[in-house]
Amino acid sequence: MTPSGVTAKEFDMTTQTKVAAKPASALLSILFVALLGATSLFVAGHAQSATLHDAAHDVRHSSGFPCH
Amino acid sequence: MIQRMVVSALLAGFAAGLVAALLHFAFVQPKILLAEQYESGALVHFEGAKTGVGAAHDQTAHDHAAPADAPADASAGTAAESTTAAQPAAHDHPATDEAEASPLKRNALTAAFYGLTYVSYGLLLVAAFAAVEQTGRQVTAAEGLLWGLAGFAVFQLAPAMGLEPELPGTPAADLAARQIWWWGTAASTAMGLAALAYGSGPLRWALGLVLLALPHVIGAPHMDGFGGVAPPELASTFAARTLGVSLVAWLSLGYLATRLWAEAER
Repeated sequence: MTPSGVTAKEFDMTTQTKVAAKPASALLSILFVALLGATSLFVAGHAQSATLHDAAHDVRHSSGFPCH
Repeated sequence: MIQRMVVSALLAGFAAGLVAALLHFAFVQPKILLAEQYESGALVHFEGAKTGVGAAHDQTAHDHAAPADAPADASAGTAAESTTAAQPAAHDHPATDEAEASPLKRNALTAAFYGLTYVSYGLLLVAAFAAVEQTGRQVTAAEGLLWGLAGFAVFQLAPAMGLEPELPGTPAADLAARQIWWWGTAASTAMGLAALAYGSGPLRWALGLVLLALPHVIGAPHMDGFGGVAPPELASTFAARTLGVSLVAWLSLGYLATRLWAEAER
């Protein structure tokens, strides 16, 4: 959906310019979200605290995570 | 952009985690509970046949019927009562004992950790969406199922081809070595699929295939010999069902995450 008075092409161009204007911050955001995902996946599936292991036991076995 | 990424990942991840949890309780949990009977020694695979051959006709040989006759989906209590070939617990597994004391708590934790796991997958998935869009391409809802298939291949199928999903009570090689192989396999498979999907020129086929094959050429760490206590039929049903459940959950995740991602752009 484009704002009124703007053609789809113009809107696309503005969007592209916005993205291109901040490549460094965009890359940082991507890196941050990817690290967040990898860390929480590690906590859920791989971290070896006894409490975490017991709590996540059935999920770990069923998700194919290497478990004890 | 961070907000768009996190919101898409959270919503799609929790929904896919719910799908995974429901399918898990229907298809997978009964197999885990049954395997724990073998792990604790309440059921013994082939016990009757072994003693029958070795010790002619002693008492245990007559009582061997239970393992084969135990209903596949039996809950913990009934299967234990149905066997007379019970042995004193050979292996200690405190986690199991505690879990049996409160199945509700155990299943609530399972559902919660499915949520966390699929939100994690979702975060990695939207990070990939954003990375692709940095190259000037668009990620559309029409590609959702393909993204889901790719995620399933990266995080479930490729690792499972080296490290089979294990029933409780299955001894395996060194844990750290297996975890390193698991992460390396996921990374290599992801890069291989990215090369095939977004690379250009003939070289991408070579690069993609090498990256996909590499973890399996190296090979997953394994023990010498096999030490599982559960029947092979139970283990293979378990492995097939875990892959089936995660395929459906990943397709849901791919579909929902691309939908939300595309919606949020407008």
